[in-house]
Amino acid sequence: MTSLPTHTEKTLGLVIDLDTCVGCHACVTACKGWNTENYGAPLADTDAYGAEPVGSFLNRIHSYEVQPENDAPAQLFHFPKSCLHCADAPCVTVCPTGASYKRVEDGIVLVNESDCIGCGLCAWACPYGAREMDPVEKVMKKCTLCVDRIYNENMPEEDRQPACVRTCPAGARHFGDLSDPDSDVSRLVAERGGFDLMPEQGTGPVNKYLPPRPKDEIPEFDILSPYLAPVAEEPQGFLRWLDKTLERVS
Amino acid sequence: MHPAPSIILFSSLSGLGFGLLTMLGLGFPDVSGWVAFVFFALGFALAGGGLISATFHLGHPERALKSFTQWRSSWLSREAWAAAGAMAVLGVYAILIIFFDNRVPVLGWIGAALSLLTVFTTSMIYTQLKTVPRWNHWSPPVLFMAYAIVGGLLLAGQVGVATPLLVALGVLQVVAWVDQEKKEAASDTTLATATGLGNIGSVRAFEAPHTGGNYLTHEMAFRVGRKHAQSLKIISLIFAVVLPFVLLILPFHHLFAAVAVLSHLAGVAAQRWLFFAEAKHVVSLYYGR
Repeated sequence: MTSLPTHTEKTLGLVIDLDTCVGCHACVTACKGWNTENYGAPLADTDAYGAEPVGSFLNRIHSYEVQPENDAPAQLFHFPKSCLHCADAPCVTVCPTGASYKRVEDGIVLVNESDCIGCGLCAWACPYGAREMDPVEKVMKKCTLCVDRIYNENMPEEDRQPACVRTCPAGARHFGDLSDPDSDVSRLVAERGGFDLMPEQGTGPVNKYLPPRPKDEIPEFDILSPYLAPVAEEPQGFLRWLDKTLERVS
Repeated sequence: MHPAPSIILFSSLSGLGFGLLTMLGLGFPDVSGWVAFVFFALGFALAGGGLISATFHLGHPERALKSFTQWRSSWLSREAWAAAGAMAVLGVYAILIIFFDNRVPVLGWIGAALSLLTVFTTSMIYTQLKTVPRWNHWSPPVLFMAYAIVGGLLLAGQVGVATPLLVALGVLQVVAWVDQEKKEAASDTTLATATGLGNIGSVRAFEAPHTGGNYLTHEMAFRVGRKHAQSLKIISLIFAVVLPFVLLILPFHHLFAAVAVLSHLAGVAAQRWLFFAEAKHVVSLYYGR
């Protein structure tokens, strides 16, 4: 059913720390691996060793350069992006077959692949580029929040989280229930001022991003400098002659 | 957006076909027997052929019937219902006219309304998308319906009404292009809101997630043709409006009328190509395009 639920019992999602992500792409690899070997159609690659490799991925890492206005050095941020499991998911309501749906029990947005006709309209409706058509199976693929891990009682408890979160070596990815104000993820969002991507699109994304912490500003100060003899600013000797000569020439 | 040939063919042909079926449903021209057969066959061939070509872009056309299930929420599903309804009602209407020489006006009106509704639902598939500012605009429904009506009148041989409406269509199209441009320029979705990093400074895409393309860049970050947009707009106007108009005000000849229709169709196809090629999806911001 492609109508959205008015309320979900839990709101499972990710919190991604832009201050911590080092851009190693381990989450991309872990995601591709898990979701190729487990639930649903495998994530295919075409022309993998050729001139134009193309494949479906559920998680991709962009890098952005931000130039502060005060002429400070530019900063580089690695930016992981996957499905944000929006409260008001536009990808779900456009689906003509009911293949896309948002679960009432935990808010995860999923695709029933045996109902998907591969029309691609849900990918058009998503502002975040979270959905990709598999080049081989021709069905829409998207992040499942590793629904086959998080409830999987055959796994050790510490593994019952999405593959991207489990694998992140920097601890930049967090998973939990964002509807519970006391959950670790909710507290992180509250403390660090977690924000939504493209809030003006009105999708109500569940996943939150934690902003980079402000850069330290170290004043140019040296505790020894008052005790040091001043260094002559005017060049001496040969350099003085060169300086004068060049000044005359130019 | 990537201008897929199957979708352009669908939207141009079926728009024209449902336009013709609308006119036939309203009784313009009031035909019977073999002449009616030819008119209805053309209408069904264009509308149906367009629908079939649209299924070619599906990943799993064999599951297409499932798209009738979600009419409560999905415009694509509503389109399927409206198209099937229009074809069914007008099918009965056509059989009664062709074989029994019995025109049932009510059936025709219902069929005409469903035909126009089909064109409207097609346009709403695009208009509903907030992610494409150029489409999330009043113009797609108005233009798609206007093209269907004018094309239908041309095919139905209603020269007297079609001629002035062609001019109106041309004006409408130019106004829509100008206003769509404004809408896209005024979009409040930027790389700053997309990344949330705008409060630090100006954001620039530094490195894409991978060196090659992907489904998103192929499908939604289409860039070819934008630079030729201006000349294509003029070409599409000449073919869709100016040439048919000139041919219609000349003394009537069947050859002129046929060329006018073909020229109009070519113009509509060019306009639809632009409709896709010019439209910019907000996801292209993430890729620095």
